[in-house]
Amino acid sequence: MNLPILSLLVLLPFVGAVLAPIVGRGGRDQLVRQFALAVSLVTFGLSIYMWMHFDATSAEYQFVERHAWLPDFGISYHVGIDGISLLLVVLTTFLTPIALLCSWESVEKRVIAFSFFMLALEAAMIGVFVSLDLFLFYVFWDAMLIPMYFLIGIWGYERRIYAAVKFMLYTMAGSVLMLLAIIALAYYHQTVTGVVSFDLVDLYAITVPVQMQTWFFLAFAVAFAIKVPLFPFHTWLPDAHVEAPTAGSVILAGVMLKMGTYGLLRFAFPLFPQAAMAWAPVIGILATIGIVYGALVAMVQPDMKKLVAYSSVSHLGVVVLGLCALNVQGVQGAVYQMLAHGISTGGLFLIVGMLSDRRHTKIIAEYGGLKAVTPKLVAAFLLVTLASIAVPGMNGFVGEFLILLGAFRSPFISHPWLAVFAATGVILSAVYMLWMFQRVNYGPVTNPKNRGLRDLSVREWIVIVPIIAMAIFMGVMPGVFLKPMEPAVRKVVQHIVGAAPSMNAGTAETPAQTGTR
Amino acid sequence: MNPVTLAILALLLPAGAFLLIGVLAPLRRSGRPAAFLSIAAVATSLAAAIRTWQLASGSVEPIRAAWNWLPGANGPLATVGVLIDPQSSLMLILVTLVATLVQIYSLEYLHDEPPAAFGRYYAYHSLFVFSMMGVVLSPNLLQLFVCWELVGVCSYLLIGFWYRKPEAARAALKAFWTTKAGDVGLLIGIVLLYRLAGTWDILELEHMVKGGTLATAGLGVITFCLYLGAMGKSAQFPLHVWLPDAMEGPTPVSALIHAATMVTAGVYLLVRTEFLFHQTPQVLLLVGWIGGITALLAAIMACVQTDIKKVLAYSTVSQLGYMMTAVGAGFAGAGFLHLLTHGVFKALLFLGAGAVIHAVHSNEMHDMGGLFKRMPQVATVFIIGTLSLAGVPAFAGFISKEEVLGATLAGGLTGPFVMLLTGAFLTAFYMSKVVFLVFFAAPAAPGHAHGHTHDDGHHGHHGDPPFLMAGPLWILAIAAIVIGVYSTFFHHAEPEFASPGWLTPVAVAMGLAGIVGAYLTYQTRTISADTLASVFAPIRVAAVNKFWLDDLYLFIYRHILLAFARLIGWTDRYIVDGVLNVISAWTLDGGDALRRIQTGRVGDYIFAVAAGLLVLMLWMRGTL
Repeated sequence: MNLPILSLLVLLPFVGAVLAPIVGRGGRDQLVRQFALAVSLVTFGLSIYMWMHFDATSAEYQFVERHAWLPDFGISYHVGIDGISLLLVVLTTFLTPIALLCSWESVEKRVIAFSFFMLALEAAMIGVFVSLDLFLFYVFWDAMLIPMYFLIGIWGYERRIYAAVKFMLYTMAGSVLMLLAIIALAYYHQTVTGVVSFDLVDLYAITVPVQMQTWFFLAFAVAFAIKVPLFPFHTWLPDAHVEAPTAGSVILAGVMLKMGTYGLLRFAFPLFPQAAMAWAPVIGILATIGIVYGALVAMVQPDMKKLVAYSSVSHLGVVVLGLCALNVQGVQGAVYQMLAHGISTGGLFLIVGMLSDRRHTKIIAEYGGLKAVTPKLVAAFLLVTLASIAVPGMNGFVGEFLILLGAFRSPFISHPWLAVFAATGVILSAVYMLWMFQRVNYGPVTNPKNRGLRDLSVREWIVIVPIIAMAIFMGVMPGVFLKPMEPAVRKVVQHIVGAAPSMNAGTAETPAQTGTR
Repeated sequence: MNPVTLAILALLLPAGAFLLIGVLAPLRRSGRPAAFLSIAAVATSLAAAIRTWQLASGSVEPIRAAWNWLPGANGPLATVGVLIDPQSSLMLILVTLVATLVQIYSLEYLHDEPPAAFGRYYAYHSLFVFSMMGVVLSPNLLQLFVCWELVGVCSYLLIGFWYRKPEAARAALKAFWTTKAGDVGLLIGIVLLYRLAGTWDILELEHMVKGGTLATAGLGVITFCLYLGAMGKSAQFPLHVWLPDAMEGPTPVSALIHAATMVTAGVYLLVRTEFLFHQTPQVLLLVGWIGGITALLAAIMACVQTDIKKVLAYSTVSQLGYMMTAVGAGFAGAGFLHLLTHGVFKALLFLGAGAVIHAVHSNEMHDMGGLFKRMPQVATVFIIGTLSLAGVPAFAGFISKEEVLGATLAGGLTGPFVMLLTGAFLTAFYMSKVVFLVFFAAPAAPGHAHGHTHDDGHHGHHGDPPFLMAGPLWILAIAAIVIGVYSTFFHHAEPEFASPGWLTPVAVAMGLAGIVGAYLTYQTRTISADTLASVFAPIRVAAVNKFWLDDLYLFIYRHILLAFARLIGWTDRYIVDGVLNVISAWTLDGGDALRRIQTGRVGDYIFAVAAGLLVLMLWMRGTL
């Protein structure tokens, strides 16, 4: 099978985006909507086809394509996926059609441009996950910002321009640092081997002196930390989410936040392992602060979208804590949690969007007693809420549990109390999420504007059912997702901690030994 | 069929019913058919459970079957499956029996509900039965935790079943949060246990403890964490506050979930992991003392309640304290026995109270009175339940309460023993108070303190309930008597511990004293209730105010947690974000650049970045 499947995955939405203006010529909005949806569905199908042909037992990069691009600079078009990026690609292709379909009615102006940006965004996101060349990665990374900027800036709510600019500047500030580090790293490769190379595999193979690692690592880590977003770099997120249209929020929370954690795992940690091990305890502390901090701030938000946005800060803190454990369970849990958060928070934004489509407000106090008015919508709301607070049997639990398991066993988590604090984030999430759920849905209908709201339409069912089904499926059958990522995670972890044998002990596979030691 | 197949069948039938009712909206909205499906499933589960128990009691070794769930590095990280032994199969019978009866009873009790709500009710019930059986049959602590949380979700949904009532919604939330606080402990305990032992399998852990291969360093923290979870679920002081509020749910739900089954899951967890707790005597001591304190304080609070369900709720808390004390004394078997008998007679009492409430349309005891004549059957079964709870010989609670008291004494927990003995008097007192006030005493009409004749008119449809409600009541009542007679006169188990000869007479005397005391106070009114109240004024005030625990928690929630959250929220907005905004403003050389970008010409900016990239590349070329 020599189909260049990864290139197709990037090209398909991109070509779709380019064709959108042609398809939609003469104001055929409905047609362009259908076209965009069809393109995203085909892309999803293709990614599933890819999964079916993926060798889950291998830790190697698969479906690799490598073509010289700018050979003078050691830049090549080098793409490939392992188990980690496979799942993130599928998450992207899964969420994009849902995001398109949820905007079917709410996006009325400039539908062609909207479809263009959504598909272009998908192409860029897939590109980020499949790139094995740092330069190529950086191109996709920055390219991804532009459509999102316009999605927020054009189709957003009142303060959309402020939010869009803030989003852009913030991320760019981090990216510039990373770009410098990427270029410097490529040239460091030259001083070691004689050739410049931006190729990830080449760069994995060299050992950067410890002193230099720190600076490289920090440059990468700050860029990714902003993207995650890790406390205290998170403040762009609530603004971006609150002002973004529903589709933008779904993609932003569902996929783009994972770019940060993916970047840490794929680039910052394995390229600079000694620095990663030295800094993991610090990042772990920031992550734990973020878990509790995000949860506390979420508790006092009057706006549903802001509440969900801050819950993302909290949940992504859990992911980063898992990464910082630097053992197989922690990292597996982190990757699982990336997927789970993408599904459940995507679902939450969809629900909030549906409410806001009906009532044109996101303020919790405006609602109340909806369960009597829109029982189906509330049932979906309930399931998504339960998924988000990591009730066992739903997707959130598996990830959080593995992360805790990893964190408690890790020598890189500076103190077990960090993991205890992380666990209390679980109860705090139950506090703010269920409180919001109760204020919106239970009790009598106090606001007359809420009477006679219509329940879920067929289109909305089609939007939310895949999310719920996936949330439950991931909670019940975690093996489907854990198995393919396991070899890749193991390889990354070994690559990182293998650099310093003395610190390797905590990742030993027999916990009884660690316990008795 | 082999026991594993039977157990799986018992487990999956309600799950299947839940899926069908949950997914097939027309079935759910049809109401009654959904209910029949649910009842058929759980009744079949009951049959399977009984057969499983027969097979299990014939087998010396516990029967275990497990399948991979979470894949791990070397073999599965976690499995799901069933562990069948006499304990789990007896518990399985209790769960399915009470669930079946409660579901049948609910057909009549909730007949005024719209069909869709009816269907929703039975969907939750089926999910609950499945999850609870998952806890009971769990061969490892992770599966137990998963099902444990699901049970909590069902409890949340069923307490909030009447979601339009703000009190119900609030009670549901309170229950979820409080138990979740304990569950965090349980989760940490489970994680730490894996670090220590490398397994969650109960049999393997037991094997390790027996073989001495389990490190004891750090085990105390683990058992303490496990106990935290049990504290939340089994409503131990000071995490008991959610259970009385949970009475906002429909009464059959209280009978099943908040009396007979779910709340005993904490005790069951400790029974299952008894061997771990025996390694950490200091935690066991804590369990015993907290159990004693819970038993006594809850019994005191039960005495001052006016709402019949609240009396029963505090009584449940108190009895859970009894079970826990026995576990803490090191004799989990005694606690487990009390768990089983209590499940039967407390479900009976709740369902009986439900029949009264159903007829009177009020929970308040002063709206009731003299009901014996109108509801003789309900009164009879309620009295049987009361005698069981009071520990009168030949009724279900007698032997199990004796065992608990004897175990506590044998375990050397003198302090808790005194509390339990005092509690035994109070238990008989408050339950008899209910019996006299509801069924015998003349009703105290509002505004009239004493001796007012009963007015027939305003009490709604009196009379014994129809067969669907009466049947389950009688089955439970007969079970309470059969268990009582059998255990009192015919069954003499090999005692695990020696009880002094004076224990039984003293305990029975305490119970009888309580009954007589209540008779004199509330029936003949020889002793004035007002005088009693003034004599015990300080305790009474404390009990009425629930020992100010609710106020304390509310204070912590509102004035500490939320206030802190507000402070953090403010900091986030004006400090964390503010500083970064200032920095970005500087970097962009003041507001000019920002304003220009804000006009929307971001294309310029992107162009600038691209140009910058180009320059960099040219520079790189130069260095080559």
